[in-house]
Amino acid sequence: MTVTPLGIPRRVLEFTIDGEEARVPEGSTILDACRAAGKDIPTLCEGDTLRPKNACRVCVVEVEGARTLVPACSRKAEPGMEVRTDTERARHSRKVVLELLASSVDLSTTPRVAEWLKEYEAKPDRFGPDAARLNEEPKVDNDLYVRDYDKCILCYKCVDACGDQWQNTFAISVAGRGFDARIAVEHDAPLTDSACVYCGNCIEVCPTGALSFKSEFDMRAAGTWDESRQTETTTVCAYCGVGCNLTLHVQDNEIVKVTSPHDNPVTHGNLCIKGRFGYQHVQNRG
Amino acid sequence: MDLHFGDSKPTDDERAAVDALLGPPESSWEGADRSDADLRWARGGREARDRRDLLLPGLHAINDRIGWISEGALDYLCRRLTVPPAEAYGVATFYAMFSVKPRPATVLHVCTDLACAAAGAPELCAGIEARLGLGSGVAVERSPCLGLCERAPAALAIRAGDPVRTAVSAPTSVEEAVLAASAPDSAPEEPPAALAVPQAGQGGLMLLNRVGVVDPASLDDYRAHGGYTALRRAFELGPAGVIREVTDSGLVGRGGAAFPTGRKWQATASQPDHPHYLVCNADESEPGTFKDRVLMEGDPYALVEAMTIAGYATGAHKGYLYLRGEYPRALHLLEHAIAQARARGLLGDDVLGQGYAFDIEIRRGAGAYICGEETALFNSIEGYRGEPRSKPPFPVEKGLFGKPTVENNVETLVNVLPILTMGAPAYAAIGTQRSTGPKLFCVSGTVERPGVYEVPFGATLGDLLALAGVRDGLRAVLLGGAAGGFVRADELDIPLTFEGTREAGTTLGSGVVMAFDDSVPLPRLLLRIAEFFRDESCGQCVPCRVGTVRQEEALHRIVERTGAAAAGDIALLREVGRAMRDASICGLGQTAWNAVESAIDRLGAYE
Ligand code: SF4
Ligand code: SF4
Ligand code: SF4
Ligand code: FES
Ligand code: FES
Repeated sequence: MTVTPLGIPRRVLEFTIDGEEARVPEGSTILDACRAAGKDIPTLCEGDTLRPKNACRVCVVEVEGARTLVPACSRKAEPGMEVRTDTERARHSRKVVLELLASSVDLSTTPRVAEWLKEYEAKPDRFGPDAARLNEEPKVDNDLYVRDYDKCILCYKCVDACGDQWQNTFAISVAGRGFDARIAVEHDAPLTDSACVYCGNCIEVCPTGALSFKSEFDMRAAGTWDESRQTETTTVCAYCGVGCNLTLHVQDNEIVKVTSPHDNPVTHGNLCIKGRFGYQHVQNRG
Repeated sequence: MDLHFGDSKPTDDERAAVDALLGPPESSWEGADRSDADLRWARGGREARDRRDLLLPGLHAINDRIGWISEGALDYLCRRLTVPPAEAYGVATFYAMFSVKPRPATVLHVCTDLACAAAGAPELCAGIEARLGLGSGVAVERSPCLGLCERAPAALAIRAGDPVRTAVSAPTSVEEAVLAASAPDSAPEEPPAALAVPQAGQGGLMLLNRVGVVDPASLDDYRAHGGYTALRRAFELGPAGVIREVTDSGLVGRGGAAFPTGRKWQATASQPDHPHYLVCNADESEPGTFKDRVLMEGDPYALVEAMTIAGYATGAHKGYLYLRGEYPRALHLLEHAIAQARARGLLGDDVLGQGYAFDIEIRRGAGAYICGEETALFNSIEGYRGEPRSKPPFPVEKGLFGKPTVENNVETLVNVLPILTMGAPAYAAIGTQRSTGPKLFCVSGTVERPGVYEVPFGATLGDLLALAGVRDGLRAVLLGGAAGGFVRADELDIPLTFEGTREAGTTLGSGVVMAFDDSVPLPRLLLRIAEFFRDESCGQCVPCRVGTVRQEEALHRIVERTGAAAAGDIALLREVGRAMRDASICGLGQTAWNAVESAIDRLGAYE
């Protein structure tokens, strides 16, 4: 969480996680408490700068007395709660959810998913070769970023970041329903005909790489994208007086993309089009 | 918020449809032509945004007039309400009754759900499609249950225009369905609601006592048959007294969750935050359920009175009646009833001269089973996608518009009338200790007299089927609808109570009792149930969005298989089903596997 502490003392709650005493400030989620206790619970739709949407359901845990499993990322810890993070029941749901996701979308650029698939012994192939997939073509309709919804897990983060939680542009939303639900702009138009202001804050929060810089997309297609050769340098944007922090990702002496630190108390990782995409002039050496 | 609207313009008709709902726009800030005055002030904005909840009525207005929702029309509506077009597009594409692609003005919805499937819907659809080929000006759409199962197979024709025309045809044939679609105005009238109540006119009924007896369009007739005595009693008792009666009666919600109604009312009434809202859930979309429709069509004033009482008890001054979009007759009758009640001082600023203000607004759903989930229903009314919210917070604390809200379904509310007229002790004496009062059941499928039956809790499944005239060769009964479970023909002694069905490892759900004889191919039926959930999943959470697809695929693979050949897929179904039940956000995903599981375990469907 990047919330700036305001100094008001919060009540401390006591409950148990996997039988061990846990103490967290009031208002913490089960996930906060688990992380503080050093438990590694998989998460996908949870966003450190966004309100929990609890849509993916990979973070489910067992809470004594609850009929169903509960999402750790959004359920607030309550005094006396008995939380179990690693039961067969919770692990089963996480495994199946990972299988369902991996069998329907391309998770090749989702950090940590390969590790979790292994840990939970998930076998996405078992739904057979005919299992329905999204099968979306990447939408390349502008020079700044690409929407490859074949990789989209419908975590709603981009919708929330574009909407009332950060950008207030409301350029994208979920359209359709069920398996046919997709992220779309109005009338499913190209991005260039939409309300998008290219702040790129949706790319910043996308957990799967479904939204990516055109530069990254092109380099991946060309096979030249190589994170091990990249350096990250955090600096201050020079365009205007807000003074946002920029993290420049540089490969072979070229800026390949720009992110922003989420723990900045002013911007929480958000930028505008200039800070996010306006770096070409830096490398115009001619 | 900086809104961006494309340059597509509405047609005159589209503009007129929206303006008929919202009134003419006042300034260019909300869609009028620019005038000099507009250059000097900005209007719209926050004020218009507060009317976001008119988005769904606005989409209906366009769809009713034109038959589909064009870019220009949607953008104009967005301008009028200051709603971002992307969000409105997301809402418009959520509902099955709307289309954002051009389509003919007439849409014929042909039910292909369980009861209709058992009554020959597949052949019917094929026949209708053959007759209404391309260029007929009619779009034929396969529909989930239309809530007319007692008259299966069923079809509903909707012709856009000013005004929109509808025709229900059930039981239907190729000829009758084609007639309804091609000339909705001259299609034969629907039979009276009482025809769906085989017990109509019999003494001793408490919930159905007026169906077929009173004229549903006459307030005087309603009063002559005991109408509004319960409301008078409520005013004598005061809000706390009403809640006490309802609590003492033991009434629990009839929508499926079986939560004590009195406790819910008390919890809402005692919330310090205001205003409080009352929502009547009349979005009956569970396949096999039609009791709410019959109640609303046969005795609409009873619902108006019951809502008034519930509002009074819980401190609400506004009640929303969220009505299934596919119920045109119930809509007309209730609109009429509400207007009459208002004109006669039974709704409005001063109900019955008691100084209590209450009014009811009808909101139409637009074809989404999930909107029957209480929090999805709030989102739908508020003009958002009908996706369930995660709980907590619970509606009694933060419900509609974030305010304390009590939500009850039609049958639950209508029970409040006999509770107040006969008193809690007498009501509680009906039924069993833990399931009190009368209960409505929707009996359909292979029975002689399908319809809505009222029996006291505790009657057995066999008793009920005997009333409805079960036919020979009964193979299975689906209890509780698609979200419920199958029981075998030799389990007819299950008592129809919440505790009795629970003990028998099944559920009463919403009161669906669908009988199938051995002519009905079980695997096809299960496939239809899976298809239903796949279609109706809101898509918000992974276990349900993808799980329902995987479930349907597996059932497809084994539709003609049994034994060892099906074993692998059944194991897969179990694993996915377990995760769906455990990890889905709402009841839809949590119950989507119930019926199939019960068919495998209790009926040996693939042995
Ligand atoms: S595009 Fe990315 S951020 Fe948006 S819903 Fe899909 S996965 Fe989430
Ligand atoms: S990112 Fe945009 S808002 Fe932030 S400092 Fe740079 S130009 Fe200013
Ligand atoms: S369980 Fe299904 S219907 Fe319910 S929230 Fe999840 S996706 Fe939507
Ligand atoms: S991370 Fe908790 S539900 Fe997605
Ligand atoms: S109306 Fe067709 S199954 Fe209910």
